[in-house]
Order: sequence, then C-alpha cells, then structure tokens
Amino acid sequence: MPVTHTQVGCPYCGASCDDLEVVVSDDGKEILEVRNACAIGNEIFHHATKPGRVTRPRLRQEDGTHKEISYDEAVDYAAKVMIEAKKPLIYGFGSTNCEAMAAIGRVAEKGGAVLDNCASICHGPSFLAIFDNGYPSCTLGEVKNRADVVLFWGCNPMHAHPRHASRYSVFPRGFFTRRGHKNRFVICIDPRETDTAKISNLHLMVNQGHDYDLFNAFRTALRGHEIPEEVAGVPREQILEGVDAMKKARFISIFYGMGLCHTDGRNHNVDIAISLTRDLNAITKATIMAMRGHYNIAGPGQVWSWSYGFPYCIDLSKGSVAHMNPGDTSSIDLAMRNDCDAFFNIGTDAGAHFPIEAVKKLRKHPWITIDPNICMASEIADLHIPVAVVGVEEGGVVYRMDNVPIQFKKVIEPPEGVISDEELFNRIYMRMCELTETEPVWIHHPALDVAKAVTEE
Amino acid sequence: MAELLIKNGSVFDPTRSINGDVMDVAIRDGRIVESAGPNAKVIDASGKTVMSGGVDIHAHVAGPKVNAGRTMRPEDKLFKSQAAAGGYRMEMGFSIPSTFRTGYDYARMGYAFVMEAAMPPLHSPHVHEEIHDTPIVDEAALPVFGNNWFVLEYLKRGEIENAAAYIAWLLKASKGYGIKVVNPGGTEAWGWGLNCLTLDDAVPYFQITPKEIVSGLIETNEALGLPHSVHIHQNDLGNPGNYRTTIDTLRLAEGVTAKNRFGREQVIHSTHLQFHAYGGDGWGNFESKAREVVDYVNGQKNVTFDLGAVTLDETTTMTADGPFEHHLNGLNHLKWTNVDVELETAAGVVPYVYSPSIRVCGIQWAIGLELALLCKDMDRCFISTDHPNAGPFTRYPRIYTWLMSRKFRDETIGSFKYSDKVVAATEIAGLDREISLYEIAQMTRSGPAKALGLKDLYGGLSPGQDGNVVIYDIDPANLPSDPSKLEAAFQRAAWFIKTGEVVVKDGEIMNHGNKRTLWVRANVPENPQVKRDIHDKFIKDYTVGLQNYEVRDYLAPNPYVIEVEMEA
Ligand SMILES: [Zn+2]
Repeated sequence: MPVTHTQVGCPYCGASCDDLEVVVSDDGKEILEVRNACAIGNEIFHHATKPGRVTRPRLRQEDGTHKEISYDEAVDYAAKVMIEAKKPLIYGFGSTNCEAMAAIGRVAEKGGAVLDNCASICHGPSFLAIFDNGYPSCTLGEVKNRADVVLFWGCNPMHAHPRHASRYSVFPRGFFTRRGHKNRFVICIDPRETDTAKISNLHLMVNQGHDYDLFNAFRTALRGHEIPEEVAGVPREQILEGVDAMKKARFISIFYGMGLCHTDGRNHNVDIAISLTRDLNAITKATIMAMRGHYNIAGPGQVWSWSYGFPYCIDLSKGSVAHMNPGDTSSIDLAMRNDCDAFFNIGTDAGAHFPIEAVKKLRKHPWITIDPNICMASEIADLHIPVAVVGVEEGGVVYRMDNVPIQFKKVIEPPEGVISDEELFNRIYMRMCELTETEPVWIHHPALDVAKAVTEE
Repeated sequence: MAELLIKNGSVFDPTRSINGDVMDVAIRDGRIVESAGPNAKVIDASGKTVMSGGVDIHAHVAGPKVNAGRTMRPEDKLFKSQAAAGGYRMEMGFSIPSTFRTGYDYARMGYAFVMEAAMPPLHSPHVHEEIHDTPIVDEAALPVFGNNWFVLEYLKRGEIENAAAYIAWLLKASKGYGIKVVNPGGTEAWGWGLNCLTLDDAVPYFQITPKEIVSGLIETNEALGLPHSVHIHQNDLGNPGNYRTTIDTLRLAEGVTAKNRFGREQVIHSTHLQFHAYGGDGWGNFESKAREVVDYVNGQKNVTFDLGAVTLDETTTMTADGPFEHHLNGLNHLKWTNVDVELETAAGVVPYVYSPSIRVCGIQWAIGLELALLCKDMDRCFISTDHPNAGPFTRYPRIYTWLMSRKFRDETIGSFKYSDKVVAATEIAGLDREISLYEIAQMTRSGPAKALGLKDLYGGLSPGQDGNVVIYDIDPANLPSDPSKLEAAFQRAAWFIKTGEVVVKDGEIMNHGNKRTLWVRANVPENPQVKRDIHDKFIKDYTVGLQNYEVRDYLAPNPYVIEVEMEA
C-alpha cells in the first residue's frame, strides 16, 4: 500500500507551505503523487526520485573531467581546503535546513571563514534598512485573519510565491475576514501589468526607479498635506485613493519584493516603506514584510543572529570576534576584490546568480559546491558533494518569510549512501579537528554523536 | 564522575538557615552528598563565599524577539566582546548577547538556571533551537497565555477545565514550563492597534476583561497544580500612575491558596515590579510608588516578585507587550520592531538608553532598588533586570553591590545630572539598609528556586540537590570596602561547579558542562471538546499545520521533564 504523508512542507519559495500531501510507493522509494503544491513545488518532489541524480562526490581531474570519490575523501578534501585557505568564503543556504546552518557555523569559525547567504544578493538592502529603522511586522496568520488592506509593492507573488495570495494574503477566509477576498482591498504598485496587478483593486503603475518619490507622496498625503498632480508617473487621484483606503483600514499589510530593494534607492526604498508603516500605526494598525525568496532563506538570518549577532556578511577571519560590514564583507565584493581564496557554494547556484566577473575571480581558487542537484555551480566546481534534498529526504527546521519556524518532514530516504548537509558539515568539522590536532568545541547534541561515531568507525 | 570536596568555605544556604558558617560541601555523581571519600578532589574555599548555583526567574535569553533585537542592532556588537579562546565559541553582543555568550556569562557569574520569560508558542521550535545552542546553564521557557484565543474563549465562558486541558496540551506541544501572562488582553487588542490599560478594559471582540483573564488563569494554574504559579506582567506597564493597576491585579490573588506538590506557596509571581511601581500623572511629576507596592506585597504571603532593576546602560527593550513598545518608540523615536503572532501574542523591540543624565531614568533606577530595600521577606523578592529590558543580566553583580553598599548607592546618586530631583521623587537617599550575603542568596537562590517549584534541584546545598556550587572570592568577614571589587568578584566566580563538573575556574570557562531543558508535562483527563477545538483552529485560523507545530523531541536534546497529575 502506498503511504500518504500529510502536512508536508514544500522546499520551494518563501511561503514555505506546509499543507502538502505526498503519496509514496510501497517500498518508500518513489514519489507517486504530490497534492496541494504549486507546479514548481510539485516538480521538486518528483525530481528527487528521477534517474540521473548524482549520488557520490565528484572531484575534478587534471584533464578537466569529474571523477567519483567517496564521502570520506570529499570530507578530507573540504577540510583541507578550509584549513589551508586564509579567508575562505562560504555562501548560499537558500535551500537547506537550520540544523545545517548551525553546523556550518562551527566549520566557519574554525576555518576563519566569511559566512554569507543569498540575502547578500537579494534582501540585503532590507537588512540595511532594518538596522536603521526596525521592522514592524507580523506572522502571515495575522494577515489572513485580520488584514483588510493588502499592498504589494515591487513584488509579483502570483508568479514568485504562487500560493501566497491563496494561503495568506488575498483570498483566504480568516477569523475576522470571513468573506475572504471580498473583505480585502488589494493595492499593487509595479511598473508592469503583472498578474498580481490584475487581481488588485488598485494598480499604481509607478515609473521604474521612482518608488521613493511615490512613498514620499503617500506619507505626505497621509499627513494631510498637498501633493502634486502626478508623482512618479502616478496621478494624484490614484495616490489619494490608496491613501484613503489605508486610512479607513483596520489592519494593513505591506508586502514588498526585489522590485523595491533592487531598484534605484535600494535600502532607502525599504527604509521609507518602514517609515510609512510607522506613520500608519499612528492612525490604525499596519505591518510590513519582505517577500523572502526561498523556503528557508530567513533561516541563516536567524541562526547566525543567535550565533554571532549578525544575519549575513559575517567575517570570522579574525578568529576572536565576528564582524559584519556589507560592501566589504559581502560575497560579491570579496570576490571582486580577490579577497577570498576558497569558495564553498552551499544550497544555491552562485554560478548562475553571481556576476560573471565575480565567478571568474572565485574560480581561480578552490571551489566546492554542496548541493543535491547538478547546476552551474556544481559543473564549474573542483569538488561537487551531493546531499539529501531538504524537505524531501531530510527534515528539519525552516523559517518562513515571516520568521515563523516550521518543522519540515522527510518523506523518503535519500539515495543509498547520500548524507545530509548537517552530517556532512559535522564530518568536515571533525576532520578539521583531527588534521589540526585540536579538540572539537562541543555543546552536547545528538547530531554530533552521529558524526563522531561515523568518524571513529 | 569524580568526587569533589569544597573545604572550609563560608557557606550561605538559606534553605537550612546557614549564614556564613565555615563548613565543607561534598559532591558525588553530580549531586550534593553528606560527605566525600578519601579520593575526592579538594577545592580550598577558605576565606571565600560559597553558595549554590544562581537561579534567574525571569530573563529574555532565547527566541524570536531576542533574535529580532540581535538582528536589528549590529551596533550592540560594538560593545566589548570577550575574544574567543581555543576550545570555545565566539562571544558577541552586550545587551542581547549571542547564545554562546549568554551561556558562558551566566556560568561565569555562577548561575545554574535561567527561565526564558516569554515564549510565543508558535515560535517554540525557535526558542528550543536557541536553548540548545546556549551552553552550560539549564533553561526552561514560559509560553505566553494572556492573549491566546483559546484561553480568552474558555475563560469568557468560565470553562476552567477546558482552559486547563488546553494549557496542558500547549505546555507539552511547546515543551514549556508554566503560565506566563503579558499585558492580559492588551496584546490581543494591539492586533487592532489598541490596548487594555486597566483591569476592566474589555478586549475587542472577545469581550473579556484583563481581570477575568488573570483570575481565570490563577484558578487554572492551581487546578493543574503546576510547579510554578501564574507569572504576570501587568497591564499599563511603564506608565506614570500605574501602581494602582499593579496592586489591583495582585489583589486578585487574595484568598487563593497554592495547590501543588512542589512546596510552592505563591499563586502569583509579579515580574519586573520596578516597571509597575510608578506614581505621578505624567512624566513631569513622575515619582516612586515602591513603598505603596511593597507594603502591599509584604502583607501577602501568596505573592512573589522580581525587581526588574534599572542598571543605567544602553540596552534593548523587548516584550510581548506590543502596544507598550509602540508607545516607547513614540517617546524615544529610535528604531522599532514588532511581531504580532497569530492567535497567540505579539512582541515589540526598541533600543533604549537609561542615561544618568535623565531624571526619569534616575528615578527608575531608584525604584528598582527601593523594592528590595523596603521588602521584609527576601524569600519572596528576587533579583532581575528583566534582561535586557532594564539592563543586561551581566549587571546582576552591580545590583548586588548597590544593594549591599549604601556608599555605592550614594556615589551613583551623586553622579546623576538631576540628583536633587531623583532624591525628591524617591526615598532611596534615606534608606540605610545594606543587604547581606545571606539575603543575596535568598534573592538569587532559595527564593526563586522555591517559587519555580524547583527547590529539590536548585537553591540550596542539601544532600540530593544538584551539585551546583559557586565559590566567590569574597571574604564575608572582611568585605571589600571598594564596591568595584565586590562587583568583580560576583562577575567572575573563583569556581563554579555545575552538576558536579567544574565549568568555571578563576572566572574562565573550563568546560561546556551538561545543560538541560526543563519542561512540564501536565496530565489531564481526556477532553474531546478541547481536542476538537485545537483541530478546528489549526484548520481554519492558523497558517501552520498542527503536526508541524508541536516541538519535536530532538530540538530539546537534554530534557528534564516534570510530571504533574491533575485530579479529575
Ligand atoms: Zn520580561
């Protein structure tokens, strides 16, 4: 009999849906059906058991080809790279669990590495704004249960977060919003006529790169001052219609995406968005939230904040204290300055996402990619170590875009012999300790006992 | 595990009325024993102060709002951090230290246990992730209940049994310890940008009053027989004139007797009382009402409290009292983080500078200390800073020193820009009392251990208790006249032995110890209605699946579970 797993988490976007149903074959080896997921989430589950998975680490040879090696050899190689490099850069973590993010901290600290995550090239400007202005936010259930005005600014959830509107923000019937989307006034601010714009009550087609002006107009009008006939390409009446809806609202949720934090103004756009939220709280209730991209990209921000006090761009190379200085200790900047001499790409594809110049510079040094799948970063790597797919073959804690921790499940076993990120990092750490003849720093945890047992075998 | 014999120390153990007697303490297999064998490792404690490990009843050390503070405030890391030593993790942050620094710093001060004071149940996996990354110090966490929709609905209908069944379920689901109440009703009102400032302000929609919530939860707590009492942060925190609401809230406990098998006597623990003992009708005539509040508490055996003493630092305020943080942000205009949590609670975070140049801050400082200096029963008065709200926990040694030294208090008052005004609005300058080492042990060991229902494990040095022993380089017969020396000795213990292992020597960490997470499993009769209500609310209102909500066992790797049986 096939087994149906319920309330399964989806390892795709930052909406981190946890209501999937996954039907697994008798022998526990094949995924037969995935229900409730969006098309992409569906594909991630099915992809895991398709033929063609890499199941052993592959090391580049002199002739340029990749050769299969054992996990022990891969661990040894990675440990040596980490020890020998003066300033290794560890980057990624969009797609793994928090257990792995905690485990890599130990490796990074011992190796004197820089620890960075995908926020460095996506919501980094949001962090800069939060450092200056705070973050008045809420969990997504508050949006579902209370929000009667929802604003999407520079984001297109209908494509990027396919179930966001139906689970949380537009359509669901919540406790105080029993009539679902009929209870909500939806505003979309985007230079394009996106699918999100199409489901909105009001679409303000802002001129590309002029978001800051428009925020200013909102804040000005909200305070009862005159605004010009047109701001950032949007006619005054439309702005006032938006402001009016907000004034009458009982609970406002502002969601924003890369269209805001990666156009002209960047962190300043987010900063003024937060200021607008603060202004609104003087007259009603308002919250703001970044549309984080991956299902656990909020995770490293959490794990590393409690470990080091910083969410990203963490330079541990001093060995004594951590420091963070985006623009200096951020991945792209380090790469462009040739300021790191080894690269660990984990649970992301820097090969595809980094500027080509940065990739070329990183490529001069040892490059290790740790990822379940073949991607550009795996193909240009010196060493590719495949790992179990989190959310499918490995459970663990993930943080949704609203920083709510969700305990994801494992529904099938990984391919024979393939290990998890966490186990891999713990083994690399133990190997580093062996090679440097130092004692592991340990706070009792069962996961390390596993790594210890494996190492001692 | 090796045997240890701590010889010839001046021992302070209020659980047995031992007041500085020179005696030995023996430890075997992680526990205190009558005597040690001939092979025991001997530690000479002559001329030094010996106490059991400290117990912190209220601090915000792990979880979403603490971490929101860390993320929001990179500048907090510019305060000096102890550089990592070989064999130990890095230590970052001052008012909101990293988990590693938190564990190490508690150990350096000789603390064995800390209670995380407010756990949003939805975020409990996060709280436990941080707890298991905090070395050495034992921890537990109090889930917040005062604005929880289930609780509001059951108590509105007077259904104590259902409230009890739900709370029992949630304690298990979140691996929580007891019932925390923060701004009852007011935080739910904050969901609409509103608040409940008095005991009779009805909660929007739910139409229940803070008074009914508090009374109902006290009754439920005693029906369950939990080790700890209701632990409350009252309405109207931080506002001039709030002492009346504070006393009115405490009055709700009158006539209620504690029912439990743990030896706990109080039915309400009033936390960070300093923030609730304010007079005046505005900041202009803001003044201390510590005497009024303490006079009431002195006469009520079933009330305990902690200070929430202000330490005059730059710090980070954080509380589940969402509307308060919004209000505070309106006063200081610094950055503001807020997290409303579906069906359960909220939290706010705002940086704050308690400046000696500001009159109000000086008065707040005085109130925190007055509460202790005016108290007549030190087994019911505990030291806290409501870390990090009134100051970081690493300032406890300074608070001990202010309490123990009138000279030090006078020096501090003298350093204020508005000394005269602070003196006029308080009675601190007229208080001669100097708290003794014995009283410090009551306020940080025996008292909080008993109030938490943990007196069998912590708080004293009787055979059978955990082998938690701290040795401070303080000679009780010859207390240093320089207050900074006293503070330094408390800051870094000469020795700290935690469940039988030496974890600190000469103020340095030696070992990662064997920390535990404590939680309470309350067994209640099967309750189909509550089961159905939980199921329904997760289907309809929550955005997380029930199966993914309950904290999985591996997240609390070293559990110490306290079982409670509720009689049908
Ligand atoms: Zn508190």
